[in-house]
Amino acid sequence: MTQPVLKLSGVTFRWPGRAGFALSVPDFSVAAGESVLLLGDSGAGKSTLLSLICGTLLPESGTILVNGTDITGLSGAGRDRFRAEQIGVIFQQFNLLPFGSVVDNILLPLRFAPQRRGRVADARADAAAICTALGLPGDVFTAKAHTLSVGQQQRVAVARALIGQPPLIVADEPTSALDANSQAAFLDLLFQQKAAQNTALLMVSHDPRLGDRFDRVVGITDIARITRAAA
Amino acid sequence: MILRLALASLFARALTVGMTILAIALSVMLFLGVEKVRTGAKASFADTISGTDLIVGARSGSVQLLLYSVFRIGNATNNVTWQSYQDIAARPEIDWIVPISLGDSHRQFRVMGTTREFFDRYKYRQGRSLAIAQGAVMDDLFDTVIGADVAATLGYRVGDPIVVAHGLASFTEHKDQPFRISGILAKTGTPVDRTVIVSLQAIEAIHVDWRSGAQIPGQSTPVDVIRQMDLTPKAVTAALIGVQSPLQTFRLQRAINEYPQEPLLAVLPGVALQELWAIVGIAETALLAVSAMVVVTALIGMMATIFSSLNERRREMAIFRAMGARPGTIFGLLVIEAMLTAAMGAVLGLALLYAGLFVAQPVLDSAFGLWLPIDAPSLREGLVLAGVVAAGALVSLVPAFRAYRLSLADGMMVKS
Repeated sequence: MTQPVLKLSGVTFRWPGRAGFALSVPDFSVAAGESVLLLGDSGAGKSTLLSLICGTLLPESGTILVNGTDITGLSGAGRDRFRAEQIGVIFQQFNLLPFGSVVDNILLPLRFAPQRRGRVADARADAAAICTALGLPGDVFTAKAHTLSVGQQQRVAVARALIGQPPLIVADEPTSALDANSQAAFLDLLFQQKAAQNTALLMVSHDPRLGDRFDRVVGITDIARITRAAA
Repeated sequence: MILRLALASLFARALTVGMTILAIALSVMLFLGVEKVRTGAKASFADTISGTDLIVGARSGSVQLLLYSVFRIGNATNNVTWQSYQDIAARPEIDWIVPISLGDSHRQFRVMGTTREFFDRYKYRQGRSLAIAQGAVMDDLFDTVIGADVAATLGYRVGDPIVVAHGLASFTEHKDQPFRISGILAKTGTPVDRTVIVSLQAIEAIHVDWRSGAQIPGQSTPVDVIRQMDLTPKAVTAALIGVQSPLQTFRLQRAINEYPQEPLLAVLPGVALQELWAIVGIAETALLAVSAMVVVTALIGMMATIFSSLNERRREMAIFRAMGARPGTIFGLLVIEAMLTAAMGAVLGLALLYAGLFVAQPVLDSAFGLWLPIDAPSLREGLVLAGVVAAGALVSLVPAFRAYRLSLADGMMVKS
């Protein structure tokens, strides 16, 4: 097996100001190109885990390897830069800057990631190509993001996560704001593009029905432990 | 792209941002307007008299001499004898000399005795000459030329008879010798507008029957007898002097100040005006300080607006963070937005100022004699505008720092 794109070992995190409330992840990894669904209810530490992987939170101990680099050894600014270079992020909803055009939203991560920018010959053309592949009509390209439907906005968010081919895409319940039909269509497109770019996908959800599309389904309680010591 | 997004973000909040811009624009307009009026008033003040090299009067203070000889404020402590006047007039440095004789009044306006040369030599606002709006310069002994304000206030027309009172605010009128208005001057915005001008001989003529400020009892010389008399004045109040060459100004000034026969004083009008301005300028500085406070208030208003917008913009900041923006970038974004807002306010304020100037310029000139030139923005005004933008950046540091802290704590996840 090739080098994992993501590997957490011996990670512990303690929320500041909340004594005794801690999260630990002894060992968890995602292989390159692999798709993993992380199942868990709200409050199970999903958001915290994603923040740790993306480097906006720093663990107390342990290592977090993203594409071979231990991000716990980087400075705050270094982690921000690294996130921009290596990870495409998709939220539940409100993914886009509402006042920005669709193309500006898609190209935004490249602004903070020169290497990822370097992988794209013509960023606007690339963005347009991804949009077309995701079934977005051509005229939304220059439209303001807030004029799009929620389904379209989520597809723009996918395009933004995919641009510049980052090795890992982190998605936080990207389908929860969509109805059942849109969910299926959205996931079809997401997996199609993920396969085309050979990107690893780590998706967090509370919905086990999505599981059959993924290479691996993991319950968050299987990899992470939350301890609530009596105060 | 960040700049474009910052602009787009401002546009998305057009109403609140527009209000902030308007507040800054109005404050900038007020500040620059006060500054314009201040410099305009100073210039108009300095323009009250031009082309005159020296003012001569009895020895007192330079400001006092300027006040009574040019502004017709206060009184001369003493006169200059006709002999001294003739001695000065005969000096080789003199190009021209115009005597001024004050001390009488008509209603609330001062009467000034002078020669016809006054109308050629008195200059204001960078060399402008007095112009006769109606009628002509006095020709007869009992002719008078009145300023624009005198005519407007008292409703006088050319040909009207007027009576001159002896002294100021006096009820003792020189009823025996009524004057006739021969001309009315065009508005100048100087004290000449509020002056009744007669010939030097006329001043003598109305005092024929007077000795030591009182009418000689029972004596009333008929007008036709007066006309035959020698009306050479015994003294004048002051004189305006033009020298042959500017280089001789100081030599002549010293010669007059050291004139052995009589204590005299010669002042440079420009210097005396500066001294006077130093006294009255304090009020203008206070006005400027107040308008500067208005600008500060508008900028603090902007700070409050940014503060109140932070909460609703946390998600926007989280998106930036998720895309790899550092908290420092969020900080910079807010500062840039504030600078853009302040810059737009400053430019709009400048535009409003010029629009206001175009409308108000003729009105101010005719009503107050205050001439505000419409020039390209001066370096000083440019610095003021740059200062507003810099101050905008400065006050935005506080909310920007809060945004920095928020985005550091929130990361990419906003708990909502």
